[in-house]
Amino acid sequence: MMHESRGGFGRVLATAVLALILTIVPVPTPIGWLRPDWLLLVVIYWSLATPRIAGLLFAWLCGMVIDVVSGTVLGEHALAFLLVGFLTHRLQLRMRIFPIWQQAFVVLLMLLIYQFLIFWIDGMTGQAVMIWRRWIPAIAGAAIWPLITSVMDTLNRRFSR
Amino acid sequence: MATLSSDSRPIIGRGPSLGARFFFLALISVGIMVLDHRQGALDSVRQWLLSSVYPVFRVVDVPFNAWDWVGSSFADRSRLREQSGKLAGELRVANLRLQRLESLTQENRQLRDLRSASTGIADRSLVAEILRVDLDPFRHRVLINKGANASVYKGQAVLAADGVFGQVDRAGLGAAQVILITDSEHATPVQVNRNGLRTIAVGTGEIAKLTLPFLTVDSDVKVGDLLITSGLGGIFPAGYPVAEITKVERDAAETFAIVEAKPLAKLDRDREVLLIWSEPVPSLDSAPPATTKPTP
Repeated sequence: MMHESRGGFGRVLATAVLALILTIVPVPTPIGWLRPDWLLLVVIYWSLATPRIAGLLFAWLCGMVIDVVSGTVLGEHALAFLLVGFLTHRLQLRMRIFPIWQQAFVVLLMLLIYQFLIFWIDGMTGQAVMIWRRWIPAIAGAAIWPLITSVMDTLNRRFSR
Repeated sequence: MATLSSDSRPIIGRGPSLGARFFFLALISVGIMVLDHRQGALDSVRQWLLSSVYPVFRVVDVPFNAWDWVGSSFADRSRLREQSGKLAGELRVANLRLQRLESLTQENRQLRDLRSASTGIADRSLVAEILRVDLDPFRHRVLINKGANASVYKGQAVLAADGVFGQVDRAGLGAAQVILITDSEHATPVQVNRNGLRTIAVGTGEIAKLTLPFLTVDSDVKVGDLLITSGLGGIFPAGYPVAEITKVERDAAETFAIVEAKPLAKLDRDREVLLIWSEPVPSLDSAPPATTKPTP
């Protein structure tokens, strides 16, 4: 159980920074296409695990960071992160009792919604990149979701003592 | 989930509901997007934000730099000798060309003055290093380690050793984002070096391909032609090599030919680029701003 909100906050922040680093660390091109949206996965995880600490504002700020890093229109990823955060918060009580594969499926849907929203705003503000590769990160993210939850749960248990 | 902590806040004093908070933040996001996109009013905010994220970029870049350093300190003797021989040869050739450059530059300047031409000549340059970070897999943008502190500005031309690289898209304080000429949002005003035919080379999103969509079927262009910057648009100084034509397809039934070109700069391999400050252009006040981005 997480009553110590301060310690919890540190953990959330640390994983967010780690996810940001994973987002920008250079990898060879074919692997780069597979790169899941790490920060978004972290946001979903914390929205489920500690919804009081990782609220909507947290999701929104993380999206803003992605906007700054990737040089898109400010607010684009922020809005997409916010939407995913909102959906997670709404479904939070249900999702937490889902079996892991079902959870991964819901995460897949969320990642697809996220990609679609980005694609849509891209199209409105400039030129959308229309290649099928753009949907791979969503699938990769859902595929890696069970691993992320198990690793983060383990870390959580160890550090929350 | 291991840590099942439900929303245990008291019912009174929880603040606005989830839906209200979502709506509020969404409204702010849309507002910011409109501001940033329409007016570009948030450039200074973005500059500040980019600078605040810079430490993270540095953290990612440092291990790669360290690895390079280790590699170069243990480089063996024969390789160094070979390299230095090659460099000496290249320097000799470059010096030969340079001897003529000074007089040519002078002559060029006089001729331009005579014509009161509107294209500036590159005046000052600064070497910047590309940080090893991936910004966005679907866009061709890189981050360089020089920013507004070194008076880098938005819309500045960036060159690589072999040709035009791109232009500065967002300038932070100690770093700047450069948009490559192959990004699908970038267009470069070019001319065919052989006959001076002017057109525009548009990025495709592929690292080795530009397209020239505005050449008609009967325009005089063939495979192997060199494309240089035309200097129109006021961003890139005239005369720098951009790309080489790789494909010309003419279908008599169509109005435009399908023309593709390959950028000369090693866009995915160069580690160092040159930032260019052009001479102040005499009469560009009335001209429209650079056409480097197709307005949506």
